[in-house]
Formats: sequence, structure tokens, C-alpha cells
Amino acid sequence: MRRLLIAIPYLWLLALFLVPFLIVLKISLSDTALAIPPYTPTIDLSEGWASFRAFLTGLDFENFVWLTEDDLYWKAYLSSLWIAASSTAITLVVGYPIAYAMARSPDEWRATLLMLVILPFWTSFLIRVYAWMGILAQEGLLNQLLLWTGIISEPLTILNTNTAVYIGIVYTYLPFMILPIYAALERMDDSLIEAATDLGCSRMSAFWLVTIPLSKNGIIAGCFLVFIPVIGEFVIPSLLGGSGTLMIGKVLWEEFFNNRDWPVASAVAVILLLILIVPIILFQRNEQRAREMDE
Amino acid sequence: MVNAAEFEPWSDPDAVPLIRFQNVTKRFGEFTAIDDLTIDIYEQEFFALLGPSGCGKTTLMRMLAGFEAPTSGTITLGGEDMANRPANKRPVNMMFQSYALFPHLTVRDNIAFGLKREGRDAAFIAARVDEMLKLTRLERFGARKPHQISGGQRQRVALARSLAKAPKLLLLDEPLGALDKKLRQDTQFELMEIQETTGTTFVIVTHDQEEAMTVASRVAVMNEGRIEQVDTPDRIYELPNSTYVADFIGEINLFPGTARRTDPPAPPDGTAPAAAKSESQPPANEAAGWLVSRLSPIFGEGADGKSGAPDGPALLPRPDGLEIDWAEGADPIVVSNATEGLDGGAVTFAIRPEKIAVSADRPDLPNAFQGKVIDIAYLGNVSTYHVELPTGQIVKAQTANTRRISARAFTWDDTVWIGWTDTAGVVLLR
Repeated sequence: MRRLLIAIPYLWLLALFLVPFLIVLKISLSDTALAIPPYTPTIDLSEGWASFRAFLTGLDFENFVWLTEDDLYWKAYLSSLWIAASSTAITLVVGYPIAYAMARSPDEWRATLLMLVILPFWTSFLIRVYAWMGILAQEGLLNQLLLWTGIISEPLTILNTNTAVYIGIVYTYLPFMILPIYAALERMDDSLIEAATDLGCSRMSAFWLVTIPLSKNGIIAGCFLVFIPVIGEFVIPSLLGGSGTLMIGKVLWEEFFNNRDWPVASAVAVILLLILIVPIILFQRNEQRAREMDE
Repeated sequence: MVNAAEFEPWSDPDAVPLIRFQNVTKRFGEFTAIDDLTIDIYEQEFFALLGPSGCGKTTLMRMLAGFEAPTSGTITLGGEDMANRPANKRPVNMMFQSYALFPHLTVRDNIAFGLKREGRDAAFIAARVDEMLKLTRLERFGARKPHQISGGQRQRVALARSLAKAPKLLLLDEPLGALDKKLRQDTQFELMEIQETTGTTFVIVTHDQEEAMTVASRVAVMNEGRIEQVDTPDRIYELPNSTYVADFIGEINLFPGTARRTDPPAPPDGTAPAAAKSESQPPANEAAGWLVSRLSPIFGEGADGKSGAPDGPALLPRPDGLEIDWAEGADPIVVSNATEGLDGGAVTFAIRPEKIAVSADRPDLPNAFQGKVIDIAYLGNVSTYHVELPTGQIVKAQTANTRRISARAFTWDDTVWIGWTDTAGVVLLR
């Protein structure tokens, strides 16, 4: 019985993660074909051993080689990493003060503030991104407001630029940054700041020497929680971004649905996964260290 | 500390206090935490603020540290007004109740934290940290993080950190609250030793009267934002100035009643009838007592004959003898150590349990009452007898357990006599 219970999560991972991954890996080694499904070879186990060998010889790495030959792909990877890194930094700069203010607010307010941070999750993510299209468009709410107040005389072009992508990412992922930092700051004993002040720190140096180091684990966790999903982000760049926005998630989608080139799309996905493994492992390590510190 | 003859700057009119609170009031909204408080604390004192939680003692300390500003009044430290000095610029360090050790820094770095903020050079800091580690016997733990050491060690790190900058004044906020009893007692003596070696002025906040009595040169008993009494521990115990202080410190029996003057003032050399009842003591020593306390000065002389009287002028007019009517049908309590002018006034007679003798036969004492033992609290070294008098009043009397418990003279429901001398208690006006 106990073994069965332990086996459930492993079976879950096997069925929903490992098996799909192996299928994607297999497709990435195949060639594109005008067929259903649109790739070859496929396994036909009724033909026996010979056909399985023929199937194996049909697999090759030429899609991966292709990824290195066309500079679109590595540029898209790099651009994704860059957009993920810089939007993570912006999210941190925006999210930290919010988390700090929440942690310093009176006790009776905190639950409400926390609620307000989580509330957007109750609406569909897609609808919220469409709402941003309405706000950022040429005749959108933002431009109308700025024109009305007289700050600008010509409408700004924000939608379909990288700026819109950054706005969308920071907006969407802000709660993932705020929550772990808030958790770290909320646990912090206020008397530590008083002790630092008592020992000669100004407010600013107490912040740098005590508050920041003690919220370090929250900062790291928040950064990974934003960085990792943003690398593969597809909806935000395709709805808010323009032709100049190069992100690997978008390339993947286009490869899959526009070109119907499943093998190349699968190869892109496999490489994306390999890239993501590094930050995921670092994130897990940080979480483990934080747990050990608590004990 | 009990022998205060060598060190008592508070009774020297020329001494300049290190800390001076003048008419300090602190309000939090509607709540008055500190109410028009004036107090002087002298250099090298070990000063204890004692009171129940919410009495304002912590607020008082936080104002000294600079974490709270007084609503009105002035606080001076070493002659300088502290009103515009932020906490990080005061020559004051604090040891926090939670210790507030920085969890991300090692013991060494915690102790060095304040020194680094002063911009001292590395060699000086290293030497000073070593000195502090040695003082607090933490040499072996310098490289550990706070979560890797025990509670007692953390407490010493907190002390070392607050002493590292050699502050003029060290504030200790319930410093021993988190330690178990045995460790607490050891640490109290350690604290006193460190206070003496470093010569720093210590102000300690505590709700533990035993702790205050043990460590302090003077104790301030606080109640609802006001100071009830400031005195040396022995005088706080022997000469409380109010029923509040008497009741807060240790155990005490209170007899509210009316004072009635019994005897004319005695001639300085003679034996007044009141004094004749207490044959044991020289009148001069006893008479000095009435000057000491501010209100209804009394000098308690225990049933054990131990005198807590300071040396005073030898010949003083003897105060009136009093009888206190405290219950209908009961003999009045005879007192010979009250001040003049209490005749007819409402007073409270207060007496400590250990100053009441318990015996089987009527004792040869000016105050003797018969009662029934209704409860015995056995505390190991002493036993407290709860004796119910015919009036219904329950009196606690404490005796040392010099014999084994099986050989105890009295047990539940025994009829016993309790008695005390005419100078064993104090007469309180409020």
C-alpha cells in the first residue's frame, strides 16, 4: 500500500512528463513528411524486428544541425534569454518595494493586500493580455489619457513593440516576484533593524546590511519564478510584440503551426528544455538551502 | 550591592547624574505609557526598572535608546539633550529581549557589526572582538552562525555585541527571560561581574523581582507609567512606601485599619512603654528608621532579629507608638516604629511572612494572635503557613525548615499562635 502511494507521483511524472518528452524527442529526430502525422518514420510494430531497425535508421540529428545553421534560432534563444533576464530585473525593481511595503503594513491590512496581489489570477490570463492591447493601442486608453492631459501631442506607438512585451511580462509575473519576497520579509524580526540602528547604521545601511541579505532567498526564488517561464513565453510576445520581437516560444509556435514542421519545432523544444534545466536546478538548490537555514 | 555604603551617588547632592528624565510623558494615541516621570540615574549604576507588563518600563528604555521620542519633557544623557539625537548616533547600546542577532552573520561578525559601522580599522576590530569573545567565554564559537549555538550562548553573543562599542550606557531588555532558571541565576552573577569589570552603566528592564533584587544597585518599581519607588533592593523590600510596592515585591500580609496613638512621645533616653514591649533592640538604631522612608517611615525589624537599618544619627526623638484597629473584636496591632501624626488616620499595616513567628503557645511578643493552619506551602528550604484568624483574615507566616518535614511541629487544622514584634512591620499610608 505504502509503495503504491509513493509510486503515484512517479507514475504521474512518467505518464505526463517523461513519455511526452520522449515522444517530442523522437519527433525531433524524424524528418518532415506530407502525411498524417506530418513526419516520418513512424513505428509499425506489426512488421516485426526488421521494421523497427528501419525505423531506427530513419532517425537522425539533422534537425539539430539545421538549428545551428539558420541564425534565426540561436538569435531567438539569445533574445529570449535577454528579454527574460531584463524583464526579471525590472520585475524585481518593481516588486521589491511592493513586497516591502506589504510586509511593513499594519497586520490587519496584510491579508487584504495579499488578496489584491493574487486577485488577477482569478481572471483568464489571455483576457488580461487582451486588455493590455486595449490599453496600449494607438487609440488605446493610455494614449487617450496622455493626449487629454496634454503630456503628448502625438499618440505613442507602444503596442507591437518590445516595450509592450516588457510591460506585459512585468504585469503578468509580478505576483511571482512579490510573494516569495513578501514571505521572506514578513518573517524578519523588526528588532533586527532596530539592533542595526542601535549599532550605528543609518536607515539606508540597515536596509543594505540586514534587510537585503535576509530577504536574499526570497529574491532568488522570485527571480527564478519569473525568469524560467518567461524564456518560453509565447502568448505575450505574439499578442503584444511586433515583427521585431524575437522570442523562442513564438518561433516554436510558428514552426509548429505555420510551417507545420513538427520535427524542427520539436528540436527547438528539446533545446529549450535543456536550456531551462540549468536555472531549474539552481532554483531547486536555493530552495533546499533556504530550508536548511530554517532548521 | 546590599552593602551600599561604598557606592551610592544618589545620596550625594553634588553627584551629577548620567541620565536625567525630566517630566517625561509618552502617549501612544489615547494611551499614556509614561506619565510625567522624573528620574536620575548615575554613572556605573546597575539600575533596574521593575514592573508588571504594560507598566511603561520598556517604553522608558526605548526612549533612552532613541526608538521612541517623548511626547513632552526632556531626556539628557551626560548633560546633553537627546531630543534630536537619532538612535544610531547615541552612545547607548541595547541588548534586545529577542537578542536580535543577525542570522546571516557569524558570531564574530555579529560582534564586529557596530565597530565596522564606526569605520574602525581591521586590526582594532579583530582585537576588540577577541576581547569580547573572551569576556563572554565564547572564544570557541566565533565562526558559528547564531542558529548553530545554544540559547545561553546566543544571550552572551547579544551581550558581547552590545558591549563591543564600549557604550556609556547599556540597556538590557528582559535579557534573561528566555533562559531556564538555573542558567538565569548563573547569568545574573555573570552580568554583575561584567558590569563591574567594564564600569558601564547598566539599565535593565525586568518583570522578575528576584532578578532585579539580585543584580541592581537601585530598583525603580513602576506602575501604570509612573515610578512608585526608587531605592536600593533592601530598602524596597524592607521599606516599601506604598501597598503597591509592598505587594509587588515578595509576599506580604496587609491589614487595613485605623491608627490610634497610644503613648506620649518618649524622652530621648528613656524607655517608652511602647519600646518596652520590644526588649531586644537599642532604641537609637530603631528610631533612625523613621527618617528614611518618605512617607510613613518605618524600620522593619524581623522576628529573626536581623536589622536592615542604615547607620543614622544616634539620638533622635522617638516617634509615637501606635495601635492599629484592623478588625472588630480583634486585638489592635501594636506598632512602635510609625511616624507622628498618624493618629486617627486610615493606614495599612504590612508585614512580611518571614517576620511572623509561629508557635504552639502564646509567644511573648507585643502582637500575638491565635488561628488555625488551613494550608501549608512546602518550598523545600522554607514552609509558608496560611493561618486563618477568627476574623477570617488569612495570614501567611514563613518559617525555615530546619527540621525534616516528618518532624514538623504543625500540620493542617492545628491551632497555633502567630506573633511579631512591634517593629517587624511597616505602616503604609496608601
